[in-house]
Parts: sequence; C-alpha cells; structure tokens
Amino acid sequence: MATQLKRTDLVFKEDMDCNALMHKVMKMGKDEFINQMMDSGLKGRGGAGFPTGLKWKIVKDSPEAVKYVVCNADEGEPGTFKDKEILDKACEKVIWGMALAAYIVGAKEGYIYLRGEYKYLSTKLKIAIDKMEQQIKALGINFTLDLVYGSGAYVCGEETSLLQSMEGRRGEPTNKPPYPGDIGYLGKPTIVNNVETFVNAMIIAEIGAQEYKKLGTKASQGSKLFSVSGDCCKEGVFELEMGMTVQQFVDEFGDGDTKAVQVGGASGFCVPRKEFAKTIIGFEGVPTGGSMKVFNSSRSMYNILENYLIFFEEESCGQCTPCRVGTQQLLKGVQAVKRKEKPKTYLDDLLRLAYTMKYASKCGLGRSVGNAFRSIIENFREEIVY
Amino acid sequence: MSMLNIIINDVPLQVEEGTSILNAAKMMNVHIPTLCHHEDLCVAGNCRICVIEVEKDPNLVAACATPVREGMKIFTNTLKIRQARKHILELLLTEHNINCIKCSHSNSCELQNLALEYRSDEEVFIDLRKMPKPDMSSFSIQKDDSKCIRCTRCVRTCAQLQGINALTMAFKGNKAKMSTFMEKPMIDVVCTNCGQCINRCPTGALTERSYIEDVWNAIYDPNKHVVVQTAPAVRVALGERFGLRAGHRVTGKMVASLRAMGFDSVLDTDWSADLTIMEEGTELLSRLKKALVDGNKSVALPMFTSCSPGWIKFMEHIFPEMLPNLSTCKSPQQMFGVLAKTYYAEKKGIDPKDIVSVSIMPCTAKKYEANRPEMRDSGFQDVDYVLTTRELASMIQQSGTNVKTFKSEPYDSIMGESSGAAVIFGATGGVMEAAIRTVYEIVTGREVPFENLRITPVRGFEGIKEASVLIENTVPEYNFLEGVELKVAIAHGLANARKLVEAIKDKKVEYHFIEVMACPGGCLGGGGQPIPTNLHIRERRADAIYNEDEKMAIRKSHENKEVTALYADFLGEPNGHLSHKLLHTYYTERNRY
Amino acid sequence: MSNSEEFISQLADKHGRRRESLMPILQEVVDEYYFLNEERMVNIAKELDISTAEVYGTASFYSFLSTEEQGKHVIRVCQTIICDMKRKEDIIEAITELIGIKPGETTHDGKFSLEYTNCLGWCHEGPAMLINDEPYTKLTPEKVKDILVSYMKK
Repeated sequence: MATQLKRTDLVFKEDMDCNALMHKVMKMGKDEFINQMMDSGLKGRGGAGFPTGLKWKIVKDSPEAVKYVVCNADEGEPGTFKDKEILDKACEKVIWGMALAAYIVGAKEGYIYLRGEYKYLSTKLKIAIDKMEQQIKALGINFTLDLVYGSGAYVCGEETSLLQSMEGRRGEPTNKPPYPGDIGYLGKPTIVNNVETFVNAMIIAEIGAQEYKKLGTKASQGSKLFSVSGDCCKEGVFELEMGMTVQQFVDEFGDGDTKAVQVGGASGFCVPRKEFAKTIIGFEGVPTGGSMKVFNSSRSMYNILENYLIFFEEESCGQCTPCRVGTQQLLKGVQAVKRKEKPKTYLDDLLRLAYTMKYASKCGLGRSVGNAFRSIIENFREEIVY
Repeated sequence: MSMLNIIINDVPLQVEEGTSILNAAKMMNVHIPTLCHHEDLCVAGNCRICVIEVEKDPNLVAACATPVREGMKIFTNTLKIRQARKHILELLLTEHNINCIKCSHSNSCELQNLALEYRSDEEVFIDLRKMPKPDMSSFSIQKDDSKCIRCTRCVRTCAQLQGINALTMAFKGNKAKMSTFMEKPMIDVVCTNCGQCINRCPTGALTERSYIEDVWNAIYDPNKHVVVQTAPAVRVALGERFGLRAGHRVTGKMVASLRAMGFDSVLDTDWSADLTIMEEGTELLSRLKKALVDGNKSVALPMFTSCSPGWIKFMEHIFPEMLPNLSTCKSPQQMFGVLAKTYYAEKKGIDPKDIVSVSIMPCTAKKYEANRPEMRDSGFQDVDYVLTTRELASMIQQSGTNVKTFKSEPYDSIMGESSGAAVIFGATGGVMEAAIRTVYEIVTGREVPFENLRITPVRGFEGIKEASVLIENTVPEYNFLEGVELKVAIAHGLANARKLVEAIKDKKVEYHFIEVMACPGGCLGGGGQPIPTNLHIRERRADAIYNEDEKMAIRKSHENKEVTALYADFLGEPNGHLSHKLLHTYYTERNRY
Repeated sequence: MSNSEEFISQLADKHGRRRESLMPILQEVVDEYYFLNEERMVNIAKELDISTAEVYGTASFYSFLSTEEQGKHVIRVCQTIICDMKRKEDIIEAITELIGIKPGETTHDGKFSLEYTNCLGWCHEGPAMLINDEPYTKLTPEKVKDILVSYMKK
C-alpha cells in the first residue's frame, strides 16, 4: 500500500547550487522567470494557496521604487513544523529564494520574520545570510536580508498582521484590500511568502516549470512538505506529492487504528474514518499548509476540540467581534454541553455561529476557526455530548 | 476620479472610485448598521456588524472597509447577512454590561438602538460579562470597561484627532481590552480630559464624571446662593437633546429653564469671555511692546490663547518648554468663577462662602480645570461644579420641563451682559476674531476692515488656519506697531495643535498670536456636547454661533458695559494689580510619557 | 534591577528610533531584564517618542513580552493537542514538584517562571518545552529534572 504514496526529495536534496541557479535566472531574464513561476502553478505553501507567480508579478509591475521581500517564518499552526525543518536543514534555499524574488521584483531589502519559538535557529540563519549577501554582491545584485522575530502570537502568521508586527504594532490583521503586494511593509509593495514557497521557487528555477508541473495534480501542483504527528507509526516531516487521499496517507502513516486525521492544523478540517477514501489532500479537496495530525480510537474528540478552542480563544487577535467573542462562545458552549448545562441541541446553535464566524470574520484566523469545529461536531457529535 | 458602475439590491448606481460600499449604499438611502465606524475616524472594520454580501464572494464583507469595484453586485439584506448580524449583535451583548436602565448613555447608545432594531430579546449564548468597577479617578472622564465593545473608536479618536494616545487596546484574544498605560487610573495618565473619546463612544463605556446630584443638593439648600454661568457653545447645541435640529439656538429658553430649575442667578460665561479679550488683548499688546520697543528677547512669542483647558494640559504634558508662550489669562470659566465669589459677592452683599458657583460647559476638561489647586484665588474653590451640556439636558428633564416650551428670558445682572465677540468663542477661530476686533480698534482707533466685522480668514474648519492683519495709521500710543503685519494662526484638534507647535519650535513658521482649541471645531465640538457628533453637526452649530453674533446689539468685547463697569468699580485696568491676582494663572510642567 | 535608561538608549541607537524599532527593542529589554515594567516601558516610549500606552498596548499583545514580573528562566510547556496527548501534564507535575511553582507562577528567588504556551512546532518530538530560547523535546519527568538542575546552576 505504501508504494502508492509518491515520495519526492526536492526540498532537502543537498546538491542544489543556489549561486549557479541565480546566475541561470539572470541569464533567463525576469519576465521569462515570472512566466515559469506562473506556468508552474505554484501556490503559496502557507496554506492559503494564492498563486505565487501572480503575487510576484503584481509587485514586479508596481512602479514604486522601494519594495520589500518578506519570508513568513511564523509557523504557528498547531501540528506544523516543516518550516522549522527547512530552516534547520536547508536554509540557504530559503535565503536564495528570497534573493531570487528580490531580484525579480526589484527589492533591495528583505526580512525573515522568524517566530520567537524558533529563535534558536538564528545563529545558523545569520551565517547563511552573510554568505548569501557576499555571493549575491559578486553577481552584481544589491540585496540585504535581516532577521526579525515574532514574540509569541499565532495570528502574526497572517500576512497583514505580520507586517503590522514588523512595523512595531499590535499584530492585528488589517482590511484587505489593500493587499501587501500593493501596500505592504511601511506602505510599500511587499512580497510575503512562506518559507517553503521560497524553496519551491528555487526548485522551479532548477528543474523548470515543465518538470515541476509533472508533480502533484492539476489544482495542487508540485510536491509538499507534510508535518506528520500524533498516533502514527512514524512522525516527522515528509515530502509528498499532493493529490493523495487521506486513506493513502493513513495506510502509510497510521498506527492501524486511525479514527480521524486533522488536515491543516487547528484551522483545518477533521476527516473521519468513513471519509478517508474519498477525501483528497490538496486544493481540490482539503487544503493544507502541511499539518497532518493523526488520532486513533483511544482519543476523545471532545478533548481535541476543546484543546483547539482554548488555542483560538487565546490566539485570536481580539479585534473583530465574530472571532473574539465567537471563539469564547464555542469553547464555553461545548464545555456547557459536556457538563449538561446546555442541551445537546445547543450544538446546533453553535454550528450556526461557526458559520457566521466563517463568513463574517475579518481575517483568515476567524474564518477558519469553524472548520475544525464543524467537522468535529458533525462527525463526532456523540463524543461531544456524552 | 473615474466613475464605477455597481448594483445595490438590484438597483444600478454610479459612484466615484474609492467609495466604500457603506457610503455607496448611503447615497441610495440604504441603511447599513455600523458600530466601529465613525465619520471623523479612519476605518477599522472590526465590529463586523456592517457585513453585506457581494455576488460570487462566499464570505460576507465589511461595507465600511471595502471599496466598490466595477460591476460589483451588492446585497444588503439577505438571510445570510441577517443571521450574521444577529449573531454579531448577540455576541456583543454577551460581553456587554446590559444594565441599560442605569446607564447615562441609554439615550445615545448605538448598541442599544441596534438591539432594539433587531429585537434581541432572547439570550442564546453564554454570559461572558466581566464586571470591573468603573474608573472614577478623573474629574472629567469616567471609564467603565464593562460596557466596552472594543470598537476602538476611543483609541482612534485619541490617536488621530488628538495625537495623545492615552488609550490603547491591550492584550489579545479573550483578554483584549481597551486600556491606559499599565491600566492606570485615568487621573494618572497623559490625558488632556478633552472628552472627545466620550463623544465617539457608541456605548456608555466612556462618559463624563457627573456632578448633577451635587448641583441639585446646592439648589435645594436654602442657605446657598447658587449662580450658574453658561458657555457660548452650549446654547447652540442643547436643543439637540430635545429633538431640535443641530444649530437651533435656545439661548433665552435655556436661561428660562435654568431659572425655573431654581438657580438663584443665571449668568453668562460670554460676559467673562469679553473680559478675557480685554485681559488677553492687553497681554498681547504688552508682549509685543516689550519685544518690539524694548527689544526684550526673553518675551515669549508667539503668544498662545489659554481658554481651552484640554489644550493647557496638553502643553503642560507635551511641550512644557513652551509654557511661557501661553497667555497667563485664566479661561472665561475661571475668570467668572473667581469674580463670582469676590466682585459679585461684594456687589450683591452675599458672603462668598454661601455662594455655590456652577458652570454649564460644552467641555469635560473644564471639570478638571475647576478642580486645579491653583483655581482658588477667591479664597474658595472658584468654580464648584462643572456640568456638561448633556448633564444640563438631563437636569432639565429631571425637573419635568422641556427647553423647547419655555419663553426666552434674558440673563440676570451683573455678569450677564455680553457681546457678539464673546459668543463666537464657541467656534474655532472665534477667540482670534474677537481679539482682533478689539485689539485692532484699540491700536488704530478704527473698526477692523472687514464687512460687518466678519473676519472670514479665521473662520472655518480647516485644521490649521493662518491670517495676517496689516496695522496702519495707529493711534500715537501704539505707533510701535505701525506697518506691522500681525500674523496669527488657529488650530483646533490637538493633533493639529501638535503640528503647529512643532512647526513653530522648528522655526518653520512665525506668528505673533495663536489660538488653539483642543476639540475639533472648537468648543462647539467639545467633549461635553450632545452625541452624536460629525462634521455636518459641527457646521450647523458654527452657523448658529455666527448668527447669534450678528444678532447681538454689541459685537466687540471692549463695548461690553458690564465689563467696563467691572474695571471702573473693581479691577482698575486690564492687566492691573488686581487683575493679575484674580484673573491670571500659572502652569505646571507634567510628564510627557 | 538597575535603571534601564542607558541600556534602552543604546538599544535605540542600535535599532533606530522609528516605530518599527519597537519590537526589537522590546525583545532585547525582555532578554536583559526578563520582563517589562513601568520604568522600562516609559524609557522605551521616551526613546521612540511615542506614548506609553502604545508601548504597553503593543507589548501586551505578545505572549513573550511579559508586562508582569517574570523569572530569569521562563519555562514554557507546550499545551497544544499533540503534546497534550503525549502527557504534557506529567511534565508540568515534574516541574512543579521540583521548583514548587504552578503554571502562571514565578519562584520566590525570581529564577524560574512556568507557563503554558501554544504549539512550539515540536509535535513530532513531544512533549516539548522552551526554556528561554532553547527547545527541549521528547521530555520525560526524569529528563525534565536533569534539565532544570542544569539551569539551577546557571
């Protein structure tokens, strides 16, 4: 069964010559490389899935003189640790991917927004940055890269919130539009991409869009890093093509007693056993930033849901009503049902509220709180009630 | 600006690019409810009550924060929207202290109005109320977190309009709250007490500290002689609390209702505004003389007006090095207060200890001002209680009357007469205009060369205004000003004031005399005025003020006979010995951070 | 703790006095003094010429920028689901037994603070915790004791 999973090894492959790839892109020309990026079908690897080539093109086409490239290394989604692994084992690809983006769009400064929890990686990163800066200077490109740190706020993984934080403010998401590609860091056009996305840009530079497109499915091209944890036969970071079913995934990673898989972290969807076979992992099915949490039948889905809701109640930025109050109500609500203080029909009131949170919240955090809530309540209602 | 075609609820509409969906809907008289939105402030988009549906967008979008796009098809009344709005409202109500019966903002609470509109009569969700005690530390502003809906209107007001940032959102998630630095009491933070946050709070989380009961007690006390003074801007706004349109003047009716309520003497802050012009105008001329004739370089110029206590506290905190530039004149309220317990007491034969001095102000900072320790030159606290326009409206209602139904009555005497120059104190530029009318005439012996005394360059709502007056053919005493172009500037709103002061400090601009009012629009937009406030309302109030001016028999402060009599009978001359003792004050450096 | 004025002034020289300098300054003040108090926040506000409320509002948003007293070594134990499944409570118990504080508390000598934190990104090697910037993974009660003993000597 395990052979059905298509393993790839592009992200951590050790023989990439970044300097040479940069040279190759310079010879190819900026427009041609943007075309390659667009053609590759690469979508942002943070989870939201915006086409990366288009994002770069918007910033490239902006007439503004000052532009920025920002790497979103604020990996906070519960169950996600692949960016940490990349920064630990392949950080030069990230850094060169940023340099590549800067070269393409005409940015002279870049920043890596590293979550405070990963500060232990900074020494390694600084050495790699120094090396890249020297090499890129030799190529005649003027680009400097700085490390900035988060300080323990999940919501800063949302790009507008991340930029607010970089500007020394509360990490509260701002209204979109404007998007960072138009008005970003310090009001200038800014590329904000996930760690893995920058690596994928380098992979596209290396193998070309044609080869890249052969991986994955039409809606989810390329390979993807998955953070696998929970009740598994093996845990860790795995590079897989997208487009597999949850069943295929469970066959390889499960412990033989898998009850549910949470795809996409606390803000993703909980897939119950009965839907493993028909659920595709990718943008055509359940999208994911790479978090795969596996639960076996010994686990209480109530505990899992409560744990998520405690997380969201604390990590909501607190500015918009549906998210700030909604997260509290969902948590207090399931607790009240569990304690029989509210009738089990109250779960239906909460489900309706979860839909409102999805429709009416200001940013992606509030909009996705309902995902786990709905998929757990709808599939495991008896575990919540009894 | 290019025009975009959109469709709202199946009706096509053309609007300018950049228009928000909210404003586009307004053009078609489609009402979309709002809470965090305020016309005076930048868009936040955080309450989400204004969500609407756009075709092909699976999510709802905030109408206030979303600009229209070409071809946008917008729906403002669908099942999905209605469900979301009801939810959002119910969520806010689970956090909100809904003791509405005992809330002073019950009649101006936007949350309450929405709850009524949506008939939120059932409690679906769980009670999340935390009931912290209100912060009553400030003389001016009462802050009750239990009523806060985290719309951040106060935070944005303090930051954008006033540039103070005394308020902030603190913490995040379920702990997110409106806060001061380290959650200190309001009395201990860098706050000017301007009360603009109160005017923009959609609920009763921020209110004025009320002294209504104290004033009733004084009125009912047979041993007390209670005098009341009314500030210029009150008369053009009080009517709003009784259903009259903004800008409907109720001067005489207000006097009648105060008298009916039992105040022993109903007097006018306009009188002491005229007096202020005499003192401040004289002070300006003497500063100019010292600088121009005596070559005294230590004379602080430009001279700033000192009528606005929010502005005074702002200077004490933010630019203490510029305190010598502030006129030493007390504000009209405090000039009135000190004279009520000296001059008035003497003339009326009343023991000043039996006088209770009440003032009705468009302002919350005046409450703090009255309680400053230096404001006791009469030997007593010069002004005992300060009420806002809103509190006065409540008192009139409590007395079972309605300001609309009274017949106009005149102010009492003495200290009741006033000029048109005094009433315009209530609008930004008004003090400047009043000062120029008098100073120009003193210096040249002629009226200011403006049609019907309308000094239009200093009028209007531009954030910072500049004007100059060329002084020619002076009377002999002031020939040192011959040919001098008197340069003046006016700022309203403390964010504008800060820009102006910084430009002066950086020597980018030079002026002789500057008027600053802490509040947008001047006192007519004060923190004690009826709620709501917006540019349109402030414009109507300003029109009313200038109309009142033109209706007055005298238009210039130096022609106020009761003021002339005051100098003849009591003070001597402007800036004289007794004036200095009673009518002038000093300022205290405070922490900027 | 000594007056922070000079230290913060040096930080401002290093990071600049713009609004975007605020986060790195806050972070380094916490590195040096373990938490933000009134005096430190006032000094930061002075250097950047912003209001103290803005400093406080920003700092309090971030879990790692404590505006309340914290110890020299902050132990943050991951409470999120996988670490929870991997018995993070045993780790908390072991810590409490050893240094006598529960989550949310600081030892009397100001040496340790203990708190829960959200996902540290070590689910595959849980249960996990951070002490200051250093992650510790695959924890067992025994392992935790060894780690803490090494910090007691620091």
